[in-house]
Amino acid sequence: MRFTLNGRDSSVEGSGSRRLLDVLREDLRHTGTKEGCGEGECGACSVLIDGEVVNSCLVAVGQVEGRHVVTIEGLQSPLQQAFIEYGAAQCGICTPGMLLAAHVLLQRTRRPSEDDVREALAGNLCRCTGYTKIIEAVLSCAT
Amino acid sequence: MRDVTYLRPRDLKDAVQVYRTTPGCRLLAGGTDLMVMLHARTLRPEPRAVIDLWSLPELKGIRRVDDMLEIGAAESYTGIIRSALAQQHVPALVAAARTIGAAQIQNRGTLGGNLANASPAGDTLPVLLAYDAVVVTDRRAIPVDRFFTGYRKTALQADELITAVRLPLGRQVVFHKVGTRAAQAISKVVMAVCREPARVAIGSVAEIPLRATRAEAALANGDAAGAVAAVAGDIRPIDDVRSTAVYRRAVTQNVLAELLDAFARG
Repeated sequence: MRFTLNGRDSSVEGSGSRRLLDVLREDLRHTGTKEGCGEGECGACSVLIDGEVVNSCLVAVGQVEGRHVVTIEGLQSPLQQAFIEYGAAQCGICTPGMLLAAHVLLQRTRRPSEDDVREALAGNLCRCTGYTKIIEAVLSCAT
Repeated sequence: MRDVTYLRPRDLKDAVQVYRTTPGCRLLAGGTDLMVMLHARTLRPEPRAVIDLWSLPELKGIRRVDDMLEIGAAESYTGIIRSALAQQHVPALVAAARTIGAAQIQNRGTLGGNLANASPAGDTLPVLLAYDAVVVTDRRAIPVDRFFTGYRKTALQADELITAVRLPLGRQVVFHKVGTRAAQAISKVVMAVCREPARVAIGSVAEIPLRATRAEAALANGDAAGAVAAVAGDIRPIDDVRSTAVYRRAVTQNVLAELLDAFARG
């Protein structure tokens, strides 16, 4: 199977029914994508497929053939610096998914409201700290 | 899971053929249910192959067909939410889609998957019942109130696949979901109500998403209070990890009263 990973051609072997999450972490050594629940509840394994945020634990790798996959390793966004400045991370497990989900929001909505941010991040659970600093960090990137 | 063969048919005709001739296979669309069960190895019998329908253009899209709105079985909830046609003609379905999971799930979940999985808590299923939707398969059209035959059981034959869902235009349907939180919650009670014709459809209160026929009869006679009283006898809630039967019965009556009140206020 061939697909684009963070802008570069990528090729993997094995059954197309394997989880994209496992292929990213184990075959392609892109361990920035985290596994939390493995059931589509927590959003830790969020990646972008053709610009849309999805849980990579729910995607069969065969389904990304010919598509563009972006993981946290491929993200270049002011959001990352904002998360550092606002202290919007503790253990870091939710952070890659939070950043990717927030990135999609900012691509679509230049000036999101706090409610927009909460809705866009509703599929990403943080169990450390609460969401206030994360939301403040995202809002600080609104242009 | 590594041994599960992945099959991607070229088109719908190919998919129908492959599904008929591949023993022990399961259909895959957005994967929000199936991928969890595949990975946890909870499917019995364990499938030997999956047939990926996600990218088939015949199963995508939202269009007018005569006096119905037709939604492709593999169209995502995001596609439904963003569709001007869906917003105009089936706003209660759009409202339900917006309550499912969050962006990640809405980008992958589908009506065909919600129907085929047949969870009693499937959020779109009461809405489809309230609209008298029709489930279109590769061989026939099944009225949705005859689709759910038992706990996670459907009227689909072993080799039959859902291609689309059709909903009539011009119905006033309202929707309400009760869960633990706004996003990522599996429903404790989920309800859709149509005033004319009288339809009261409820999820998470029985082994299947059901039509509350006694409540509907009262509502058809213009008796809103009678409908609220009767609905308690229509449902068969249980205690489970999400809620209790007592809570579900009380909340079902409260939600119905609220939705009927909303109709009365216009």
